[in-house]
Amino acid sequence: MTELIIASIMTMMTAATPLVFAATGELVCEKSGVLNLGVEGMMLIGAVFGFAATAITGNAVLGLAAGGACGLAAALIFAVLTLTLLSNQVATGLALTIFGTGLSALVGLDYVGDTIDQIRRVHIPVLGDLPVVGRLLFGHDPLVYLGIAMLALTGWFLARTRWGMILRAVGDSDISAHAIGYPVIAIRYGAVAFGGAMAGLGGAYLSLVYTPLWAENMTAGRGWIALALVVFANWRPGRVLLGAVLFGGITILQLNAQAAGLGIPAAFMSMLPYIATIVVLVFISRDAIRIRLNAPACLGRPFRADR
Amino acid sequence: MRKTIRLAALALASAMTLAAGTVSADKLKVGFIYIGPPGDHGWTYAHDQGRLMIDNMLGDHVETTFVEGVPEGPDAERAIAKLAETGHKLIFTTSFGYMEPTLKVAKRFPDVKFEHATGYKQADNVATYSARFYEGRYVQGQIAAKISKSGIIGYIASFPIPEVVRGINAFMLGAQSINPDMKVKVVWVYTWFDPPKEADAAKVLMDQGADIITQHTDSTAALQAAAERGIYAFGQASDMIQFAQDTQLTAILDNWGPYYVKRTVDVLMGAWSSGDTWHGMGPGMVGMAPYTNMPSDIAMMARATAESIRTGAFHPFTGPIYNQAGELVVKAGEVAADFPMLATMNFYVQGVDDKLPE
Repeated sequence: MTELIIASIMTMMTAATPLVFAATGELVCEKSGVLNLGVEGMMLIGAVFGFAATAITGNAVLGLAAGGACGLAAALIFAVLTLTLLSNQVATGLALTIFGTGLSALVGLDYVGDTIDQIRRVHIPVLGDLPVVGRLLFGHDPLVYLGIAMLALTGWFLARTRWGMILRAVGDSDISAHAIGYPVIAIRYGAVAFGGAMAGLGGAYLSLVYTPLWAENMTAGRGWIALALVVFANWRPGRVLLGAVLFGGITILQLNAQAAGLGIPAAFMSMLPYIATIVVLVFISRDAIRIRLNAPACLGRPFRADR
Repeated sequence: MRKTIRLAALALASAMTLAAGTVSADKLKVGFIYIGPPGDHGWTYAHDQGRLMIDNMLGDHVETTFVEGVPEGPDAERAIAKLAETGHKLIFTTSFGYMEPTLKVAKRFPDVKFEHATGYKQADNVATYSARFYEGRYVQGQIAAKISKSGIIGYIASFPIPEVVRGINAFMLGAQSINPDMKVKVVWVYTWFDPPKEADAAKVLMDQGADIITQHTDSTAALQAAAERGIYAFGQASDMIQFAQDTQLTAILDNWGPYYVKRTVDVLMGAWSSGDTWHGMGPGMVGMAPYTNMPSDIAMMARATAESIRTGAFHPFTGPIYNQAGELVVKAGEVAADFPMLATMNFYVQGVDDKLPE
């Protein structure tokens, strides 16, 4: 039984990692006041270009970097449209999703059926051999640790550094930040770019580590879950991790329940992760005051310097 | 004078168009609808190989087209209709879920012939065809029982349709013929092709103690997830050995080419008629990939079983067969009938610890 629990937790962490990456990026982006709905598209772009780069160069690390870079590029397109040309953020974000899905399918046509060398788990000599904690803490693949590290770094950056505070200020009151003299648009560009790079990394994780394959639409809605996660977590990094692990966990849990023959209808279990998202969102939306405390006040509003 | 020239030009032009029209009308257009990409190296790959056989053997008279990644449902109807509208006279729809869309389009285009894979409804211009994959599953079950140490098989199932249930049952019957206490854990993923989900299902099954993984989904993801942990697995619909050099035991091979060529020739000769074709190892529609990564005595046993199925000496669904409730559904010494039992199979055999979804 312990073996099953440990194994399930390991699988849960890998399932949560794409969500951790994408949600971290979206968290920073939204904290600066920009609502980027294009997470799904950026993840897919990261997945396909990451896979292509690895297939061409044979180097998975290069592939990850390429995935992140292409996610960043896609986010920059969004940034130009919404921050410089002042288009509607919601519509542009949705357009980015659709664009990303289509572009990745097109580029991916040549790579369906190819396979690459997966990034394997690293075995740490002494620490990894400890009875229970060994595998749980030290047995994951490198990107799981990177994801958690990025999230921790983001939390520290937002809460404890000067530029993190400035970024939050831009998200809460862009006019005031501008009045004090901070470069609002430039900061938002940076935040959006970071969001894109993280989403791209999350997508590349899917096609390089999760399954060493490319398949059209392989994110299967994870981008949307990541978006919901940021809101569910009330824009707080610690809760983002909790949420990602929870949703990764439910996905794996439903498969585990099926395999264990628990008799719950499989179709219902498949719905569970998505139902859980909705239920939790409804639950936390009850406390309007707490949301107002944490939500960036200028989320989704375009900023014009002359106002 | 000018009137004559104009008339002559018109006559020449129409003669040329007519000639051109006749030349291009000579080539029969054959269309294919695929559920996934040919690059899945599984189900759709095998169908595409069949299509390529038509190209190779009948290329002078036939022109093939394919549309890949068509979801089952309303989109399918549009895709099939598009092929019918653009002059295709023979259309293969290669997934169970295309059944209703194919029939609907067939009504609108009575002079186009349709071939629906793994379906069970025919019409005057709709034929159905399938392969007896369950014969391969039986062989795989026997291999699994010999190789498995934990006695637990992990089965990644797609949709609860008779074809998938047949596969599970045949696999278990084969396994039980070697080890009556064999257990199977079934995960229903409700998709034919979704690599991350298939990989998840494989991981979960392995976490729960399965040490042989088999699937009724189309990608190589589960096989690769199993290979990462050194767990043996079976490929699906095509030989997937290049994705799991050290852990693929064998795979069921779908050999559609000869059937496709025959049906195309039928249309060319005007001799096509509707019906149902269900061939197995005998006529060569089902084959087994080379037996790898196993001791030679197990490979020989597998070869012997496959041979006895191929010659018709043995049928995987030979009685006595009990269902989950313990009732005898096939008497000792008898063989389960194609219709209705096999074609509409909706029960598990005894020993399967799973509840069949509705």
